[in-house]
Amino acid sequence: MFRSIESPKSRVRVIVDGREIEADVAASVAAALLGAGMTAVRRSVVGGEPRAPYCLMGICFECLVTIDGVQNRQACMVPVRDGMVISSQRGARTMEVGGQ
Amino acid sequence: MQTLPDQEIVVVGGGLVGAAVAWGLARKGLRPLVLDGEDLAHRASRANFALVWVQGKGLGAPHYARWTIGSAKLWPSFSEELKETSGIDVALRQRGGFTFALSESEMGMWSGEVRSVAAALGEDAPEHVLLDHAGTARMVPAIGKDVVGSIYSPIDGDVNSLRLFRALHAGMVNLGASYRAHSDVTEILPKAGGFLLKGAWGDVFAGRVVLAAGNGNARLAPMVGLSAPTLQSKGQILVTEKCEPFFPYTSTTLRQADEGGVMIGDSQEADTSSIATSQDISSVLASRAVRTFPQLANVNVLRSWAGFRVKTLDGLPIYEASPDHPGAYVVMCHSGVTLAANHALRIADAIAGRAATLADARFSSRRFHVSQH
Amino acid sequence: MTVQMIRNAEDLAERYDIAIVGAGPAGMAAATECAKFGLRTIVFDENSEAGGQIYRAITRNTPAARPYLGRDYWRGASLWEAFVATTASYVPAAAVWSLEQQDEEAELRVSVSGRSMIVHAKRVILATGATERPMPVRGWTLPGVMSIGAAQIALKSAGLLPEGRAVLAGSGPLLYLYASQVLAAGGVIDAILDTTPRRYWLQAAPHLLPFLISPYVWKGLGLILKVTRAVRVFRSVTALEINGKDRADGVTFTAGGKTVSLPAKSVFLHQGVIPHANLANAAGCEMGWNDRQKCFAPVVDRQGRSTKASIFIAGDGNGIGGALVAEFDGRIAGLAAGLEVLGKEPSEDLRRYGRLRQKALRGRTFIDLLYQPAPSFRAPAEEDVIVCRCEEVSVGAIRAAADSGVAGPNQLKTMLRCGMGPCQGRMCAATVTEILADAQQRPPTEVGTYRLRPPIKPVPLSEIAALPHTPDAVYAVTGTHSEH
Repeated sequence: MFRSIESPKSRVRVIVDGREIEADVAASVAAALLGAGMTAVRRSVVGGEPRAPYCLMGICFECLVTIDGVQNRQACMVPVRDGMVISSQRGARTMEVGGQ
Repeated sequence: MQTLPDQEIVVVGGGLVGAAVAWGLARKGLRPLVLDGEDLAHRASRANFALVWVQGKGLGAPHYARWTIGSAKLWPSFSEELKETSGIDVALRQRGGFTFALSESEMGMWSGEVRSVAAALGEDAPEHVLLDHAGTARMVPAIGKDVVGSIYSPIDGDVNSLRLFRALHAGMVNLGASYRAHSDVTEILPKAGGFLLKGAWGDVFAGRVVLAAGNGNARLAPMVGLSAPTLQSKGQILVTEKCEPFFPYTSTTLRQADEGGVMIGDSQEADTSSIATSQDISSVLASRAVRTFPQLANVNVLRSWAGFRVKTLDGLPIYEASPDHPGAYVVMCHSGVTLAANHALRIADAIAGRAATLADARFSSRRFHVSQH
Repeated sequence: MTVQMIRNAEDLAERYDIAIVGAGPAGMAAATECAKFGLRTIVFDENSEAGGQIYRAITRNTPAARPYLGRDYWRGASLWEAFVATTASYVPAAAVWSLEQQDEEAELRVSVSGRSMIVHAKRVILATGATERPMPVRGWTLPGVMSIGAAQIALKSAGLLPEGRAVLAGSGPLLYLYASQVLAAGGVIDAILDTTPRRYWLQAAPHLLPFLISPYVWKGLGLILKVTRAVRVFRSVTALEINGKDRADGVTFTAGGKTVSLPAKSVFLHQGVIPHANLANAAGCEMGWNDRQKCFAPVVDRQGRSTKASIFIAGDGNGIGGALVAEFDGRIAGLAAGLEVLGKEPSEDLRRYGRLRQKALRGRTFIDLLYQPAPSFRAPAEEDVIVCRCEEVSVGAIRAAADSGVAGPNQLKTMLRCGMGPCQGRMCAATVTEILADAQQRPPTEVGTYRLRPPIKPVPLSEIAALPHTPDAVYAVTGTHSEH
């Protein structure tokens, strides 16, 4: 739903669901996903419906994704970092076997 | 101010206890009116732990243990009937419950209590098993190394308590009860043939009245010649985000609702009248939860929640018909979920049938008079 | 001197004179005033960059790189420069998740870099700003639908423009501001669906005069003229719904007595902003209904003092006034809190900022009344529309509970779980109050809103567990004084 109108200044590479995308170093994870043409980032917990970032300011919790293995992070509140591994989510948190 | 039409029977209090009694009365063909308070009234029903729990209950009071066991056994048919009357499945799961001990002294204290209760009940004692760490881990592989042991009892379980609350409300209305919020009762005047109930909202004449106002009963009971003294006891829980199922049983301190959220309890404070939660207590609750299930470490807490228990002087229920003012009843207790089946099916039946005693006579508040002299 | 940037929880001190939550216009201005007194001041901001939403990315944007953001935006740069030059501590990416008044002070629990800490402050200033009022219409949960504020954040912070057909719908100045920014940046908006009812011009008209002499008027008219020349605008739009199965592919609405359908790849919704007051609410500050702005806001006095003595609330978080009002509000609260800590009398500066604030508020009543969202968008009637996005609770379920006499929003929450998800009611509280008020014919002030509890943002159990275990808390949980 978006296109970037700027030539990249400083780019980082992140992996999204196994695919490598480029993003501006100053972007949030949510902005990076939107800029790469991704809209739905998860399936909702209760009804399994597709959901996408809605507010981009930390309010709506629609942009929850897994970042570097940590589930349910707000993509709009986390700046991208080079090498970050991001995955979309389906439903509720899965339990980590063995814990910490 | 308004005067409502005369009622044959009014239930004061729309929490789990009041709604269960009203549901049961309506099931018997009565048309009770439930008068409830404000949105932010102290409501124990919003802060319960959703257990249908027997283990360890009734220390020194075998009649209470038997009463509890009876309700747990009534629950399956009660939940079926609730579903028929409300269309809501309350997710009753009686798959067994654990008490997890994080130290040998906890294990010793709690197992001693469970043994004492069992000894007093003799052949009626429900089954329980004392497990060490390895034995616990065989049944619940996810437990942490800090769990030194546990007590397991197959009879214990839980429900979805929010849906139970909704099912009772929807069911009682479907059966012919009516419900009115913003109707705090502050005064009860015994009159010929009934009671005049008054509040800032107006008044209503009721042929009979059931006081199910939780801690509010302490103030109301003397108006109908009964007493219902209470102690302050605040409990707090934590609630997490939804997780995939990881713990198919239940426990006194940690359970996973059928919708996925984990509830972590609980605490007891006797010295505060503030309903706000204490984040110092949250830390201790969180720590014990992670020590019990290390895989919860990264799970997010969404809120803390607190409520005041309905706690009588000895912690046991009061079920009583007023001898001085026939037609007035007090029904109050802690464990409103566990005992919901009893309230809906036994207490309500006794009230509907105008029985002189609602349950075992030892649940009368006269027990407090004796101890005071 | 420059601010001390703190990025690790371990670098926080245990005590400060003043703690400020939020680094938007109110927070930055408050910090600047407090630091002038030489008070130990700390600013916690949830975002990784200062500026709040209005001055989003102000610390790195330049007029050369993003000229389309407009003149008002660059005012944020001077606020940032003044703030950076102070001796305050500044903690970005910090989520304050609990606030409690204890005796005369306040205790904050804050998560920074994956660790939570407890910080005490003599006074706290909440500058938590605004959130967009939810606009629940059919299809608003579909991918491809976003708030206009979000679209603007994407533009300000990442230079993203809508691709494909884009429709803006709702009410308020932001529709036209965002459209003008998109146009200036070379983008295209296909249509604006303005849901402002025509009759609202009448309700606002008596307050026209102060508006005409306010700075809003020329900016506003200029924007609207510029935008309407380039974009199709449908006025008095009703019955809006977003079409699509797994993502938005169009909108259908009624305008001028006709039903219109338009294709759209992106649909951006907005119907004004409301105070973001979750932290104040959870801290037990009294909330009051603002009928002109149709929202709950913490009750504050003229200097921003809430009903909790140690807690001040400044900026949009105590009632919507916009960026300029927020800035003066921040200065006032900063001065007032600072003077209290120092035990000094109110100063001439305090009075001067008060006058400036009043001036900046000129014209606000007209805007509030004109852009009040229409009742049908505040309290929707369509039964299948989702209200609580987290727990997926619909209008129909809420209206049924309302009809059965539910006591209020908190009992409703118990019945339906609405407001129990990770957003903690931020996306549904306003709608729930309005639906209950509408269905039960009670004033919203009587209906009330959710009573919130910490943590106001999700916090991992391990972070909470790692905080100190006080003897009283251990006793309350275990019944003994030892944990082992």
